[in-house]
Amino acid sequence: MAEALFQISGLRLDVPDMARKPLFGPAPRLEILKGISFDIPRGAVLGIVGGSGSGKTTLGRALVRLIEPTGGEILFDGQDITHLPDGRLRGLRRRIQMIFQDPMSSLNPRLTVGRIIAAPLCARTGDARVAEALDQVGLPKAFAARYPHELSGGQRQRVGIARAIAMRPDFILADEIVSGLDVSSQAQVLNLLEQLVKELGLTLAFISHDLSVISRLCGRVIVLQGGRIVEDAPTRQLFEAPSHPYTRELLDAIPVPDPSIRW
Amino acid sequence: MTAFLQIRNLSARLRNTGHRLLRSVDIDLPAGVVRGLVGESGAGKSMIGKAVLGVLPASVEIVEGEIFLDGHDLLRMKPAERRRLIGASTALIPQDPLTALNPSRRIGPQITDRLVDILGWTKERARARALELLGEVRIPEPERVVRLYPHELSGGMRQRVLIASAFAAEPKLIVADEPTTALDVTVQKQILRLISELQARHGTALLFVTHDLGVVSKICDSLSVLYAGKVVEDTTVDAFFAAPRHPYSAALLAATPRHNDPASSLRPVPRDVLDAVAAEIAAADAAWSRHG
Ligand SMILES: Nc1ncnc2c1ncn2[C@@H]1O[C@H](COP(=O)(O)OP(=O)(O)OP(=O)(O)O)[C@@H](O)[C@H]1O
Ligand SMILES: Nc1ncnc2c1ncn2[C@@H]1O[C@H](COP(=O)(O)OP(=O)(O)OP(=O)(O)O)[C@@H](O)[C@H]1O
Ligand SMILES: [Mg+2]
Ligand SMILES: [Mg+2]
Repeated sequence: MAEALFQISGLRLDVPDMARKPLFGPAPRLEILKGISFDIPRGAVLGIVGGSGSGKTTLGRALVRLIEPTGGEILFDGQDITHLPDGRLRGLRRRIQMIFQDPMSSLNPRLTVGRIIAAPLCARTGDARVAEALDQVGLPKAFAARYPHELSGGQRQRVGIARAIAMRPDFILADEIVSGLDVSSQAQVLNLLEQLVKELGLTLAFISHDLSVISRLCGRVIVLQGGRIVEDAPTRQLFEAPSHPYTRELLDAIPVPDPSIRW
Repeated sequence: MTAFLQIRNLSARLRNTGHRLLRSVDIDLPAGVVRGLVGESGAGKSMIGKAVLGVLPASVEIVEGEIFLDGHDLLRMKPAERRRLIGASTALIPQDPLTALNPSRRIGPQITDRLVDILGWTKERARARALELLGEVRIPEPERVVRLYPHELSGGMRQRVLIASAFAAEPKLIVADEPTTALDVTVQKQILRLISELQARHGTALLFVTHDLGVVSKICDSLSVLYAGKVVEDTTVDAFFAAPRHPYSAALLAATPRHNDPASSLRPVPRDVLDAVAAEIAAADAAWSRHG
């Protein structure tokens, strides 16, 4: 099937602005996403970049339907999921996974790592998959017995990744998942994701501010600013001839590891 | 002159298994200096910061060594005195911004509480300072943001709130644990400049935990490279980037992407280098247990 896995058109999201709520009457609306349209083809890796507060995480949460958009349309695998109620989303939850920016807050502190990874799986396949997923993200099997607070920041991040891949989803939305990792762990996680895309046909949307990671992994990139897409281009073109000034700025701000180069 | 922070021969292990987490760590950090602490995930970077700030998890025990803060022997002080000294002279920019903020309180008081409680400022003065600092970390509309709850901020905004809050009480030592991982590079650049400027202006000693050698090269004066809880190289930034001495440091530097050239980017540290450094550590451990 040639049709895109995700088709997003005119996506809007606004929330009540509680900080400006008058004493009486409703709070004014704050627009976070202001009409966003793009497709994600099956098996593609899409990069999402943009400044802090530009709406990347909010867009991600809307795609995986953790929040309900206030306008526009999201088609997943041909099905309109824009306003699908919770009950009917349940079947989709396994197929669509999100790995969160704040690892600690997305891991249940009372469960062991093994239980966290196995929770969404059925008991029969559970243990083997847990061991496999830990191994894939470069953590020792013994970590299954640990609790989240007994891990380093990067180890927690990798538990979040292990939980998502153990589900064998069709789609993963990864929100800044390697920014807290050292180069070796980054390389390992990126290799793993590339392999899942190639061998299992995984489709991936990858939010990152690290353009060296984006250029390595993604075929196409969208650039967000103030809740809008300001650039949507193949990665190579974006690097060679960025058309929006913000993209240029992003490229210039990368710190090159050399103290003699002024920054 | 003695350094504001001195860590001497510090070793720590897990109480239940005896597994060693820190191995005879030595770190000197004078006032006004920025020291990078680098190393792979799980190397013990955060653990060193926690030891200095007296917030090690209960499951971890210090088995030997000393930590001097402004000349005071932290590990031998009365707990109440130690808490007072640490509270008055240090601040942490934590690695996990969301969990570090209280989800049910607005941003404003979470910054001003410290100023009122520790420095005895009036509420008005603390509020003005908080607004000023939020502006400095490039938070748009600070007056609005102080009234929001943590979940209403983006990841990078939360991280900047914590940076502002660390500098607010003008501490003498700041432990910054991966303080810019959630920031895009343009904001990161502005924030790192601001951190350098505030740090230089106040003569703050800054222990800067990061995995990004690009960032180290821009903001640090010296650095310690950690592997499995052991400092394998302690050097100045200029010397390190000219020619790292330890094979592990050299491999780490070689694996760091330069520019945005995908071909040069992100290789893992080679297996044989890891095996060699692991063997070195095993030998040091064996010697350590013989003498101990
Ligand atoms: N529940 C909410 N209520 C009010 N404002 C919100 C809410 N959620 C997000 N926002 C605002 O929406 C904007 C976009 O936030 P979002 O988290 O999507 O940014 P982001 O692009 O992921 O940024 P970062 O790179 O810093 O993580 C921010 O200004 C944020 O303050
Ligand atoms: N409460 C705990 N109980 C047991 N082990 C722990 C605990 N906290 C951390 N550890 C272990 O101690 C080691 C050092 O952890 P630390 O948090 O210092 O790593 P780090 O260098 O900061 O790594 P990262 O870059 O991933 O944050 C890790 O292997 C971690 O799993
Ligand atoms: Mg975000
Ligand atoms: Mg850490």
